[in-house]
Amino acid sequence: MKQSSTFRLSVLVFGFAFLYIPILSLIVYSFNKSRLVTVWGGFSTQWYGRLLDNDQILDAAWLSLKIAAINATGAVILGTLAGLALARFGKFRGRTLLSGMTTAPLVMPEVITGLSLLMLFVVMEAMFGWPAGRGVTTVTIAHMTLTLAYVTVIVQSRLSTLDDSLEEAAMDLGARPSKIFFVITLPIIAPALISGWLLSFTISLDDLVIASFVSGPGSSTLPMVIFSKVRMGVSPDINALASIIVLLVTIGVITAGIFLARQEKRRQRDMQMAAAAK
Amino acid sequence: MNARAEAPRRHRQSAGVQLILDFLQRLPPYRWTQARLVRWGLTGRTLVTAVPYFWLLLFFLVPFIIVLKISFAEARIGIPPYSPLLNWVDGSLAQIRLNFATFQNMIQDSLYWKAYLNSIKVAAVSTLFCLLIGYPMAYAIARAQSTWRHILLMMVILPFWTSFLLRVYAWIGILKNNGLINNFLMWTGLIEQPIVMLQTDFAIYVGIVYSYLPFMILPLYSNLEKMDLTLLEAAADLGAKPFKTFLTITLPLSMPGIVAGSMLVFIPAVGEFVIPELLGPSDSLMIGKVLWQVFFTKRDWPAACAVAIALLLLLVIPIVMLQRAQAAEARGAHR
Repeated sequence: MKQSSTFRLSVLVFGFAFLYIPILSLIVYSFNKSRLVTVWGGFSTQWYGRLLDNDQILDAAWLSLKIAAINATGAVILGTLAGLALARFGKFRGRTLLSGMTTAPLVMPEVITGLSLLMLFVVMEAMFGWPAGRGVTTVTIAHMTLTLAYVTVIVQSRLSTLDDSLEEAAMDLGARPSKIFFVITLPIIAPALISGWLLSFTISLDDLVIASFVSGPGSSTLPMVIFSKVRMGVSPDINALASIIVLLVTIGVITAGIFLARQEKRRQRDMQMAAAAK
Repeated sequence: MNARAEAPRRHRQSAGVQLILDFLQRLPPYRWTQARLVRWGLTGRTLVTAVPYFWLLLFFLVPFIIVLKISFAEARIGIPPYSPLLNWVDGSLAQIRLNFATFQNMIQDSLYWKAYLNSIKVAAVSTLFCLLIGYPMAYAIARAQSTWRHILLMMVILPFWTSFLLRVYAWIGILKNNGLINNFLMWTGLIEQPIVMLQTDFAIYVGIVYSYLPFMILPLYSNLEKMDLTLLEAAADLGAKPFKTFLTITLPLSMPGIVAGSMLVFIPAVGEFVIPELLGPSDSLMIGKVLWQVFFTKRDWPAACAVAIALLLLLVIPIVMLQRAQAAEARGAHR
């Protein structure tokens, strides 16, 4: 028994070192004075200052944040509808196709998704004149198609772990379906919606390949700008940018995690109290 | 006490929502729209399904049909840069021109074959290494104390949230000639000259294993975590050695998790573009990179579409395997 727990501990230490050393090295080198990123030349925060002067990166970051926020909101709405249909509507015509279309984007290589959406946009523009040109709209639509699949999976799995007795009780008491959704289902799946929104937001903020296909001139997203810089080799201001992103994401994920865990505990306590009162 | 105090507040909240909803539903436009929709056979349920359905049909399924269509077109200089498939004369279909030359070229050109086979090899080897690293980690997390389990799981997911592009970029700094590893090895005096690691196949493997490891760990963890531990105890009571218990009980039971995790790594890895582009040699042949170059550098749309179709065909079997494994997992959860 002792032996196996030592083994498990060393597996975890080794595994997490593999996952985290690259990220830590990014952060450490962002404070490097030397332009040669990996040769230590003393402590400095100058690259963070340079970053704030770089209009190209700041503009792209602002554009990406806007796209990510619109995308996440749209994806949560569409994904909730799809998740609800898949988890609660039983067997309906075309269910298999819907289920397939919501899981396939998750694994589809990005080059295929990007290329096929661009072809669609080109054909649509030729036929209907919309979307006129490529830019923020096309990138947002492409990202929504990808991320709504993630939201659907999250919502669906959340709904399938909860029994529908509350919803049935409300239905028996004569509540309209829309009321049942807003008063009962929505509060229950709220944690899933929050994590779905955050996930959609970060996926959109991070996507390079799909955006490269479907964006047009003048609408380079942040990953596209980073990629064109990184292709030339390492550069310290990218390290500074990476550190800021890692910091924000870590704070966001941990805050959301703690908040959601509390919500979940409270919900379970409420359910227990309700069960005890019966 | 706390929960009791909160209950009325939350009740008021939902009562507020209810009030607004009731109000909205009494308004004439709502009732009018509802009556109209019902007359057309559209209930709320149909609408809920129809909206995402329509979206996915338009933006996910139709694009593939268009890609298939363009792959049979001829490349030409113009906008759009491919010939029309259907020729219309006076409003009626005069001619359908299918051009198989693109696919013929692809079959004859050894570049495409090499890229295909190499992509499969790279993805398969990376998947194997992900499994070798991910399985013990998922096992260790699933058998950890429950207070630790959530923290460890969070730590697996956290890198997945931070930018994929930047995490790949981090490896450039680690692997390059004056990077972290070489600097360290030269400082310890183990090597005199830096080992060339960046822009090699080795770097591609490291990049893929690193980026996709969480995809392997998560399905394995959820499988191993809900495994019935009494089976293992029974085996131990009957005198089986831990390793034998693992081989005869744990491993077969975790098969759906292994398949799901492996496919989640293999499928996106086959079409990977960023990792071979940033970490691999400039002449590395990966199908995702070939597609990118054919499209962006050669600007040959039909050829790019043909590569996409061929890649898709390659992935049909793994995608079916993934769906089966996930269905098996779902059944297992309900048992």
